[in-house]
Amino acid sequence: MGAIQFQHVSKIFHRHTGQKLIRHHFRDWFRRDEEHDFYALKDVSFQIADGENVAVVGRNGAGKSTMLSLVCGLGAPEKGTIEVNGKIAALLELGSGFHHDLTGLENIYLNASLLGFSRARTKQLLDSIVEFSGIGEFINEPLRTYSSGMVLRLAFSVALNLEPEILIIDEVLAVGDQAFQEKCFEKIFEFRHSGKTLLCVSHSPAILLQLCDRALWLDHGELMMDGKVADVLQAYAGHTVSP
Amino acid sequence: MWSGEYSFVLQNLVLKDFRIRYRNMSLGIFWSLLNPLVMMAVLTFVFTVVIPNRQPQFPLFLLCGLVPFNFFTIGWISGTTSLIDNANLIKRVPFPREIIPVASVLSNTLHLLIQIALLLGFALWYGKGVNIHWLWLPVVWVLEVILVCGMALVFSGLNVYTRDIRYLVESASTVLFYLVPIFYFPADSPKFAFVYQYNPLAAVVFALRFILMEGIAPPASLMWRLSIGSMLMLGIGFLVFRKLKVGFYNHL
Repeated sequence: MGAIQFQHVSKIFHRHTGQKLIRHHFRDWFRRDEEHDFYALKDVSFQIADGENVAVVGRNGAGKSTMLSLVCGLGAPEKGTIEVNGKIAALLELGSGFHHDLTGLENIYLNASLLGFSRARTKQLLDSIVEFSGIGEFINEPLRTYSSGMVLRLAFSVALNLEPEILIIDEVLAVGDQAFQEKCFEKIFEFRHSGKTLLCVSHSPAILLQLCDRALWLDHGELMMDGKVADVLQAYAGHTVSP
Repeated sequence: MWSGEYSFVLQNLVLKDFRIRYRNMSLGIFWSLLNPLVMMAVLTFVFTVVIPNRQPQFPLFLLCGLVPFNFFTIGWISGTTSLIDNANLIKRVPFPREIIPVASVLSNTLHLLIQIALLLGFALWYGKGVNIHWLWLPVVWVLEVILVCGMALVFSGLNVYTRDIRYLVESASTVLFYLVPIFYFPADSPKFAFVYQYNPLAAVVFALRFILMEGIAPPASLMWRLSIGSMLMLGIGFLVFRKLKVGFYNHL
């Protein structure tokens, strides 16, 4: 049994899902247009085993973030089935769930609780989270005084210390400085060595080559290629250069 | 899938709202008192000077209606918009969505407590001593909070699908002001008794007047109606929310 399993998964957005007013509902009753269906993912199947480190590449709008959201259980697919086994920690967006008027410490508590830490566990891990983030005195200052790098460090510290079985990273690694990136890589490698699963989206081939063994390439919601990270990156690079 | 602690999340979300609202507000508590005091002053002027009435201690009579009404509308409206206000959280972090509207209602309870203090202050001012029946007060307030949580669950879910629900809710609260006997006497218009007979918010107002103005326990039938109404609303809230939450991701 794999950690993550997608079987013929399609995610469809109707053009008019999203923000609706009452008049939009009236309009939809009168004409139902299937032609405006947009496939964010189209018949995608793959299987990721426990302990695999998988990169996801593709152009903007190719469906990468949609796929990660489905893995996290944020949305449900219109077609197909998804199976996920294991506790997930996801960094989908820099500091989502953080509030800029709360202090770093208050944000750690809030974020930890949302991510599924218990009260006792959060207290236990608090020191190591604060220490890992390297934010120091600023931990008692409101988040709006932080640089984006500091916010990233805080977000990473919480997620990495959650001890998840599956770690999902969506294009957030690039923000931190060299030193903190290395610290994160170290932690992620440690995470890999303990046989856990990593799913990583990035536009930086260097990062992906370093972190992942396997890659999935999405284009227009379809799975173009699934293979060794170097091969996929090469094919993807060739594809984007030649029109 | 999500294996966290509900009470821990709830606590942090409510604390977040408290902190954001009151941290940068040196007169924070004062603002909570201002609105009911102004309403009370205006209505007292209108209904004692302009249109005289026979109700003694009219300001206290009004506050027994205004305080629960204020909490109800503020909780209902802020609960209704809570999911939209936290859209980025809902799209990014997979925690149980029910927590958001409930936390939004609970974060208005500090505001409510301050207004309750005002109400009790007025009761003492008018020489209504503390008595054993005041033990009913927490029961009544808790039932009102439960009622508002149920409303918030239903309407926050609907508001995700149809963004102008919140304007309907705002207008409905204006109408509700007249459907609850805040400044008039239900006994004067027995023809319209059905309007507040089965209205749990009106039951809260009646219960408060029994306890604080007459110094007696609220009748059992009233408390039953209030309890059943509130619990039913909460149950409906969770059921409706469970149906609606499946589509939140697509609609936020």
